[in-house]
Amino acid sequence: MTELTLTLIKLAFLAVLWLFVIAAVGVIRADLFGSRSATRAARQPKPPKPPRQPAPRRSEPSKLVVTQGDLTGTTIELTSGTHITIGRASDSTLVVTDDYASSRHARIFAQDGQWIVEDLNSTNGTYLGRTKVTRPMQVPPGVPIRIGKTVIELRK
Amino acid sequence: MTSLPTQLPAKPRKAASLVMLVFAMAVTLAAFAQVGLARDGRIPAGLVGYGGGLAVLAGAAYFVIMRFAPYADPLLLPLAVALNGLGLAMIYRLDLDTSRTRQEAIAAGKKIIADEASAPTQLQWTFVGIFLFALAVVIMRDMQEGDQKFNLTPKTMQRYTYTVGAVAFMLLLLPIVPGLGAEINGARVWIRVGGFSVQPGEFAKLALVVFFAGYLVNKRQALSLVGKKVGPISLPRARDLGPILVIWVMTLGVLFVQKDLGTALLYFGLFVSMLYIATQRGSWVAIGIGLLALGIFIATFIPFLSHVNQRLSIWQDPKPYFQGGCLVDGKVVKTPPDIVDGQIVLDGITKCARLGGKYSDSEQLMQGLFSMGEGGVLGKGLGQGEPWRTPLSFSDFIFTSMGEELGLTGLMVLLLLYGLIVQRGMKTAVDARDPFLKLFAGGVSFVIALQVFIIVGGVTRLIPLTGLTTPFLSQGGSSLMANWILIAILVRMSHDARKPAPQAIQDEGMTQVVSTR
Repeated sequence: MTELTLTLIKLAFLAVLWLFVIAAVGVIRADLFGSRSATRAARQPKPPKPPRQPAPRRSEPSKLVVTQGDLTGTTIELTSGTHITIGRASDSTLVVTDDYASSRHARIFAQDGQWIVEDLNSTNGTYLGRTKVTRPMQVPPGVPIRIGKTVIELRK
Repeated sequence: MTSLPTQLPAKPRKAASLVMLVFAMAVTLAAFAQVGLARDGRIPAGLVGYGGGLAVLAGAAYFVIMRFAPYADPLLLPLAVALNGLGLAMIYRLDLDTSRTRQEAIAAGKKIIADEASAPTQLQWTFVGIFLFALAVVIMRDMQEGDQKFNLTPKTMQRYTYTVGAVAFMLLLLPIVPGLGAEINGARVWIRVGGFSVQPGEFAKLALVVFFAGYLVNKRQALSLVGKKVGPISLPRARDLGPILVIWVMTLGVLFVQKDLGTALLYFGLFVSMLYIATQRGSWVAIGIGLLALGIFIATFIPFLSHVNQRLSIWQDPKPYFQGGCLVDGKVVKTPPDIVDGQIVLDGITKCARLGGKYSDSEQLMQGLFSMGEGGVLGKGLGQGEPWRTPLSFSDFIFTSMGEELGLTGLMVLLLLYGLIVQRGMKTAVDARDPFLKLFAGGVSFVIALQVFIIVGGVTRLIPLTGLTTPFLSQGGSSLMANWILIAILVRMSHDARKPAPQAIQDEGMTQVVSTR
């Protein structure tokens, strides 16, 4: 083994070590954003033209953000079919661990392009802004919805 | 606490995991091959045995995961295998040298050093470790409803919070039991069972995580909400502070009786970080660090704990202690041994004791630093350095051995591998749907992170040196077994966190009439 060969082997090994780290980061990246092959596969069967469904208007909120409470910072992406349930029950979309929330507290859903909040007969009530939600009410973006100690709002 | 169906659909990532596992194996084999090529100019004979053994084991672990926890994080197993494999290769490499010096020593009729690198032993322990990993994953599998008799999962451990806490405390105290405990290298952290020495502290850390998680899940509301606010930090109530003070006294007790600074630091750091995860309050971290500083400050005044003083003094300036220094009244005096005709008549330790000082030697730390200096940015190349010159180069100081042969470039990779394991653990904690599991996963990640910080910080002289094993790299059975079980628990929890959420039972979509007026 000459000096040069050994040096080359050494450098090659270090390169392999780094490749391993980069590959590992690649796996994490694919976990977060979807692997390239998966996105391609998902894109393939769709026709190039967008489906007949009207494109979402610019004014429509695109996500639901938790602004107060244990889950602060959690966001849920909204699509027109999303149906969000909030409560302590473990099958809720947003599971709050809060003594002031009922197990099925409220739900938020879209109807005719509007987002609606409905209280599901909760013990302590749901508040939209400062009004108590007694019947299904339309939720404008940016208005806080209070459920127990958790506050959520719709954002564009 | 959240389950977001709007995330990417959870699916098992079998292919990615397998590819990474094969890659990890290739890295290990490449390391072995490099050692052989550099030393003898050919692929070493041990390659088939060591590499093949590891490959069979890791393959078996992979199939166990795919069968019993298919949604588990794809990276945890490959990362752990890579670290274990690199450690094995380095120990194999050190074994070649130490067994040579051993033969020379026997030929010269000298006394043989008791502990040394031994690659076959480490491979055996790797076997045991990965076997325990697979066993743990199988035991903690999903149970059918009604099959609850023996249902041990991370979640059900919450029921045994205080039992596990008591077990942890007993494990901690085992080494002090006379006749059972043994003192090795100045720390009383071992017990002898049959022909084996076991470090119960390695397993106690796992039990402590379970205990802390179970305790804090119940108390976090009180700890984070109740209390007086003084300026920017909010002080907790005295009754909430009590248990924390108990833990503080307990860890100081460990430090006191077993002279094991590293473990005490690990336990305390673990508790403070889990408190922080549970309460999201910076004030707890401040209180914790303050208490620790106070504890160390007090320890420097207690004669019994003079080794704390010593460690701090060596940390500040190791040079006067190189090859033995004697600390008398705050000054370091050289006490070289008296040698007559090549025989040591009076050794430095006795001489120092006669002066009324405390003898200590920074040779190990300095050698480790020299070692990393030799390595530089790119390292000497595996098998081409002289890392065995550092005492304990295969266990406590394996990081500097790696530094000499892989250089800064390689050390960065090692730290990144640890970082990725910790990141996957934290991600598991974020994804977990249950507060107890969140704390559990967060705690396990912090155990690994803190351990790496304490030992790597120690050997690089960032913090005072305290003996701890480097997870997966260091030679040692207890450490390997405990760390593989930690990874098994993370695998289990990540499977639970990533598998699709159970579907809602009732579908009220069509039956509800909603007015939007």
